[in-house]
Amino acid sequence: MELSLTTRTVGEHTVLDVGGEVDVYTAPRLRERLVELVDGGSRHVVVDLARVDFLDSTGLGVLVGALKRLRAASGTFGLVCAKEPLLKIFRITALDQVFPIYPSIEAATSTSSGDNPPTA
Amino acid sequence: MATVRLSFSPAPVHVRTARLVGVAVARRAGVAEELLDEVRLAIGEACTRAVALHNQYRIPDLVMVEMSDSDSYMVRVIDRAPIEASIGLTKLPPDELADESLTDEALTTGVGFALLAGFVDDLQVRPVDEGAGTEVRMVWPVGRR
Repeated sequence: MELSLTTRTVGEHTVLDVGGEVDVYTAPRLRERLVELVDGGSRHVVVDLARVDFLDSTGLGVLVGALKRLRAASGTFGLVCAKEPLLKIFRITALDQVFPIYPSIEAATSTSSGDNPPTA
Repeated sequence: MATVRLSFSPAPVHVRTARLVGVAVARRAGVAEELLDEVRLAIGEACTRAVALHNQYRIPDLVMVEMSDSDSYMVRVIDRAPIEASIGLTKLPPDELADESLTDEALTTGVGFALLAGFVDDLQVRPVDEGAGTEVRMVWPVGRR
């Protein structure tokens, strides 16, 4: 399934809904969109992975890149993921210790931005 | 024993094709349904690694994927990059994953290897028998048919 990217605003958060397959071929488009969001002034970004069918190391690298970019801009970055196969990927790579991962958009956007303090 | 062999130009767009074929052959071979997501991910990671190496070293040769089943389902992904390129296969500790100094390439390589090692119980990375290149060999059990 092709990659789909849709952006919406929930409170002070910019939510990027991602669908389809995120792999070595499609990940550059995800990277471009995330860079656009940060360059466009978004500082609290949530990526919703609910409709992602496939996520590989390239996609994970793009997400880490966005996390670093937002930290450098004193922003926050979170993921919404409740699918066990994807959660297993985060656990195996230890990236569950790097990203704030929420079970729902509500949980991700109801937290104060200060809950995910920038490290810069 | 049945064998399916697929070769593709080292371009990212073809990795998905390799995944689809790899899972289709795995299903046909009798790999358990609950393992197919892992098969798909592991074949994708091995092919992504091969494509990245061919691009890094400007090697136009095809990446080869061979799938065979007998007592188990075996997938071999073969690249033609210099063997020293494989030394970069190391799993990164959590505190280094978001380190500012870590390049995107190093991160993706480390995470890719973590996924391979995490999802494939029977994994070997070794030099090809002839010429330059490495073979990533992955084996999964098959059910009785």
